[in-house]
Amino acid sequence: MEHIELFFKSIFIDNMVFSVFLGMCSYLAVSKKVATAVGLGAAVIFVLAITVPLNWLLDQYLLQPGALKWLGAEYADYDLSFLSFIMFIATIATMVQLVEIVVEKFSPSLYNSLGIFLPLIAVNCAILGGSLFMQSREIETLGLALNYGISSGIGWFLAILAIAAIREKIRYSNVPAPLRGLGITFIITGLMGIGFLSFGGMLTGGDEEAKEEKTVEVIKTETEEKKELANNTKIVE
Amino acid sequence: MGLLSKKDAKLITDPLADNNPITIQVLGICSALAITAELKASLVMGIAVLFVLGVGNVVISLMRNIIPSKIRIIVQLIVVAALVIIVDQVLKAFAYELSKTLAVFVGLIITNCIIMGRFEAFALGNGPWKSFLDGIGNALGYAVILLIVGFFRELLGSGTLFGVPVLGDPIEKTGVYSIGYENNGFMLMPPMALIVVGLIIWVQRSRNKDLIED
Repeated sequence: MEHIELFFKSIFIDNMVFSVFLGMCSYLAVSKKVATAVGLGAAVIFVLAITVPLNWLLDQYLLQPGALKWLGAEYADYDLSFLSFIMFIATIATMVQLVEIVVEKFSPSLYNSLGIFLPLIAVNCAILGGSLFMQSREIETLGLALNYGISSGIGWFLAILAIAAIREKIRYSNVPAPLRGLGITFIITGLMGIGFLSFGGMLTGGDEEAKEEKTVEVIKTETEEKKELANNTKIVE
Repeated sequence: MGLLSKKDAKLITDPLADNNPITIQVLGICSALAITAELKASLVMGIAVLFVLGVGNVVISLMRNIIPSKIRIIVQLIVVAALVIIVDQVLKAFAYELSKTLAVFVGLIITNCIIMGRFEAFALGNGPWKSFLDGIGNALGYAVILLIVGFFRELLGSGTLFGVPVLGDPIEKTGVYSIGYENNGFMLMPPMALIVVGLIIWVQRSRNKDLIED
């Protein structure tokens, strides 16, 4: 149940493109034709499915406060979370290069269709965003992290497929000259985003209470953090 | 501009309008749109990008002759990531509330296409001083669009600017609210940022016909 919920939530409600604008650059640049859009979309799903679980492991066993416990009790207080940006992006960049090499070796036909997009993907915000959201939403198990990676990839894939299809058709329409190309694409994406907002009510049936409890918890932890901060500054003074 | 030659000054002024990174080069839209619901967040984001792009361009330009071209993307990413960590830590220390609002979007500066785009297109082929000016210019062009979008979204969405109410009090019905004006809460929704940027592009291109795509 948890898996199904996360799956649909990350495809429709928290869609990478329409609700957080991740991967907009390649979304706008590579959406002129459906065929190339499909190639890039597939590559994004593929890379997200690899990097999110990998970064989950890194986060869980290396970066989180107290994550180094497995090394021994004296390492339990270490908090390396400030290193997460550099670790995540390094993982992503190396994984993309590795995947490129492996795919080239074992499946030349797949390489021909994905190949040119793979280097682009290292700098696609959707990939890093996937890992950062995975960290900030505190996804609990490796299975859920894998699920999150794949489903947010599918959400991105759907978005780029839809915009590419619309852009192929809109070429025959009489758009005001200054809006042609980029301008109209922005506005269409905005309208699609408004459409996707309507999915927001999809998963709220019955679990409002649980959600309320969660927000209370969040507020609590925030005040605790503030207290800690206040204490720290006192010590410094 | 006694300090800058004409050519150098052009490096700064060009990206502000005719070669704007967001509306013309289509770079850096990813992290630009999500945080523009408030003017304050837009301003901080602009400053953060200004710092990262200015310093990053200089660093990359200094190293341009020793980076092997095969692994240059990884090297660039590491440089940016290090700079972004500095920004993130500074924000957490001096503006904790704001760093909560920006959340993961500070981290996403790393993959902001403006930064990689300028590294690739400019810093790898030019000296440090020129790269610095180019970085500052492009970051300013980015910040200008962010501020325009943030201004309209905050004004029309919640009737405030930098958190200060400018249109009167919506509950007490003072100011423009007394004649039946209502805040348009829809402006705070993410999709409206895209539409506002679309309209900016429309205005810009109808003023400068050379920019129209066919």
